[in-house]
Amino acid sequence: MIAPVHHVTGLTTIVRERLLPVSGNVIARIQQKVTTGEVVAETRWAREHVLLDVARSLGVSPAAADRLIKCQVDDQLPASAEIAVGKGLFPRSVRAPREGRVVAVGGGQVLLEIGESKFELRAGMPGTVVQVIPNRGVVIQSSGGLVQGVWGNGRIDSGLMVNLMQSPDSVLTPDRADVSLRGSILLGGMIQHAESLQALAELPARGLIASSIVPPLLAKAREMRYPIVVTDGFGSVPMNSAAYKLLSTSAKREVALNAESTDRYSGSRPEIIIPLPTTSEPPVPSETESFAPGSQVRMRCAPATGRIGSILSIKPGLTTLPSGLRAQAAEVKLDNNEIVIVPLVNMEVVG
Amino acid sequence: MPTSIVTGNSLLAIDVGAANTRAVLFDVIEGEYRFVASGVAPSTAESPVRDVSEGARHAIRSLQGILKKNLLDMSRSLILPSQPDGSGVDSLVVTVSAGSAVRTLVVGLLKDVSLDSARRLTESTYARVVDFISLGDHRKPEQQIDSILRTRPDMVVIAGGTDGGASRSVQKLLDPIGLASYFLPEEKRPAVLYAGNGKLAEEVKSLVGSLSSYLHFSSNIRPSLDTEDIPPAESELAQMFIKIRKKQLKGLDILDNWAGGHTLPTAYATGRMVRFLSNVYGSQKGLLSVDLGASSTVIAAGFKNKSVLKVYPQFGQGENLPGLLNHTSIEDILRWSTLDIPPATLVDYLHQKALYPATIPATREDLVLAQSVAKQALFLAMQSARRDFPRDAAIIKPNLAPLFDPIIAGGATLSDASRPGQSLLLLLDAVQPVGIATVILDQNNLMPLLGAAGSVNNLLPVQVLESGAFLSIGTIICPVVSAKYGASILKARITYENGAEAGVDLKYGFLEILPLKSGETGRLTIQVGRGVDIGFGFGRGVKGLPISGGALGVVFDGRGRPLDMPSDPVRRRELIKKWNWSLGGG
Repeated sequence: MIAPVHHVTGLTTIVRERLLPVSGNVIARIQQKVTTGEVVAETRWAREHVLLDVARSLGVSPAAADRLIKCQVDDQLPASAEIAVGKGLFPRSVRAPREGRVVAVGGGQVLLEIGESKFELRAGMPGTVVQVIPNRGVVIQSSGGLVQGVWGNGRIDSGLMVNLMQSPDSVLTPDRADVSLRGSILLGGMIQHAESLQALAELPARGLIASSIVPPLLAKAREMRYPIVVTDGFGSVPMNSAAYKLLSTSAKREVALNAESTDRYSGSRPEIIIPLPTTSEPPVPSETESFAPGSQVRMRCAPATGRIGSILSIKPGLTTLPSGLRAQAAEVKLDNNEIVIVPLVNMEVVG
Repeated sequence: MPTSIVTGNSLLAIDVGAANTRAVLFDVIEGEYRFVASGVAPSTAESPVRDVSEGARHAIRSLQGILKKNLLDMSRSLILPSQPDGSGVDSLVVTVSAGSAVRTLVVGLLKDVSLDSARRLTESTYARVVDFISLGDHRKPEQQIDSILRTRPDMVVIAGGTDGGASRSVQKLLDPIGLASYFLPEEKRPAVLYAGNGKLAEEVKSLVGSLSSYLHFSSNIRPSLDTEDIPPAESELAQMFIKIRKKQLKGLDILDNWAGGHTLPTAYATGRMVRFLSNVYGSQKGLLSVDLGASSTVIAAGFKNKSVLKVYPQFGQGENLPGLLNHTSIEDILRWSTLDIPPATLVDYLHQKALYPATIPATREDLVLAQSVAKQALFLAMQSARRDFPRDAAIIKPNLAPLFDPIIAGGATLSDASRPGQSLLLLLDAVQPVGIATVILDQNNLMPLLGAAGSVNNLLPVQVLESGAFLSIGTIICPVVSAKYGASILKARITYENGAEAGVDLKYGFLEILPLKSGETGRLTIQVGRGVDIGFGFGRGVKGLPISGGALGVVFDGRGRPLDMPSDPVRRRELIKKWNWSLGGG
């Protein structure tokens, strides 16, 4: 059975494709060194459109209106610019209601593009641009520690990481938001209070790494302007021991948070990257493994959500679970030495 | 069936689901088609594999392990046709439900007429409506354009104009769609299905033809104001859905190629099977199939003159679970729970399960949560589907489910339940059937595969159905009644084939079972009180009704319709536990 991999690794080569949602302009160049927040590509699109029914306004047929229209596609029109004038002693005219660009003309109508929205694609991690994908984006390579999360609020930033957790099951409380933490990325534990998020916003912090978040706070977390990466799940889930060990021992280091949302189809996941200089390229982690005795695994759901363990044996055939269901399962020794039977579909390999 | 009629061709059916991919082999055994075995593997539509053909190969390999013969060659391609050494298969069909719901723009002339029909048509596939456009839409055309650019539909379903009717108004609706598509990058342009006034086909082609990724036409789903004809458009929509999925899911083109184009949406294939079965049964009652899957809940019902296919991604048991709370309350989900579970635990569960749809309940508490969520999702799906059941469907009482027989249940949540009693209680609670019906569990989830197989071999579904590949849970008797808890509502007596008898005195609020094993038959005599209806009219019983057995036998549901549940949570939980025990569910 294919085993999905959850990356928690101290040193690896990280290669990430960063793409615009629609085609645009790639700013970064090949072999360029980029920082986490650096813009590597950008695109623009119209904020809104205005459709002017010239034929109707002038009271003529669409074909006649087409002959009266003065502008062409791609013309940039100022507000009140004359678009068409009718005939007769007191001719009516059609003017541009706002400044805009003509994007379509025909059938007695003119479509204007008004305003502009700009989308800037940031690198998301420090590294080197190893490939430019024309009009779409770049591929960036870096080396260092990598911890994948399960939820992110869509923001990106980097900074020095400060550890506020005493243990994997620490809860982030608002009183921990000390002014000395301004501009830091905080290793914060479980998010259970809206006040904690607000207190970090007021510092302001540059990022938050949490083990879990209670679902009613997801909307508030999305509003925060600093990135939030949740490593293990929803509710009160302690941080998995592999991530806790790696992150807590990396305190005072520069870390990058790319809190992009999980997309199972594209494979994008929120990530914490701890850049480390290396003389040679460490191996790229594999994306799939097989379950085997000795594999380090992470539990995806109850009864030990987020816990790390080691497979002792794969049970032959189907095993009856405490729920009464039958499934392919493995005997797993958890990091608290408890031995449990876990269905294979409820685990992922850590690597 | 004489052996000579059966050509002896083996058929492999692959179902690519959101969580699992299954490979199922049908072959001729002793002159008749039989379900032979199935292999299952996690689906690989998602990252990191992102190639559905990989999951299919793993499922086939798992099947190979059971069959002890090769179906894949050295290059990991399916061996087609079967070889003299016994390897390979003769044909393949594929069904697909994997992938996010297709973002859909629904367009119709009049809100309560063609727009409603277009919405109903859209509900026959894995779609999520992102916007509606009709003549009653108060937005300006440019606002409609901006909405289309913002919501980026993958598919546009257009209806409107009776045959020979409105044409100018339909064109007016198409303008913003054509313009918006023009601004979208070519690879993001939506597929368009036009199911309106047939006379406008050429104009539709010229207005949106070059601006859509695919343009499909079907006959008018609203040929006149009081006529609706959805099935031909459902078929066209199914074809368009597969084209969209082939663009979205890598590897599906390989499977479709192996299958020679015999790839169908899973729900559509189930609907085909239900249509076929309701023709075979030809009963006054309807035929109901429910499928609780990770990607959606599918309700397919066949009636005398109409079939209804409803696909509800919003009630799926996978990635859409957190959104379930937009359609129901936490309390309404937890009312089905046998354990005192805090609301926050349920909300955490919905989000965690959405992260990992393929996970299964390992603990008792998770199983109770999963079953409660599934029950409420199926309950909501049935309530929604009921709105589109035909008005002339046989009923006992308005506002209750129509009379169905048989009821077929599939999908992982139902077919994976540890005991048939669990599956039956889920069905009884969520569907709340009335009258007398046979309940069949599609434990191997064969319904869609047989529906797809019918397109290459119409004998196969019939023979497999008759072969016992489905698990009969038994016969249910669900009286429509309201009484005091504990009051006697009916007396029943079963006479077995060997002449032995057994009886039950059903009291209001109780579930009772009379044993009748699978493969056995018996005759049932029921006497009912004046205010009780089991499908023959109030106060009318039945004498010597032939019935067949099943895993549970004959199940009497005396809990009233609609289901009467105590409002006190402690008493309710105790009662549900008792009902579970009554059905051997534990």
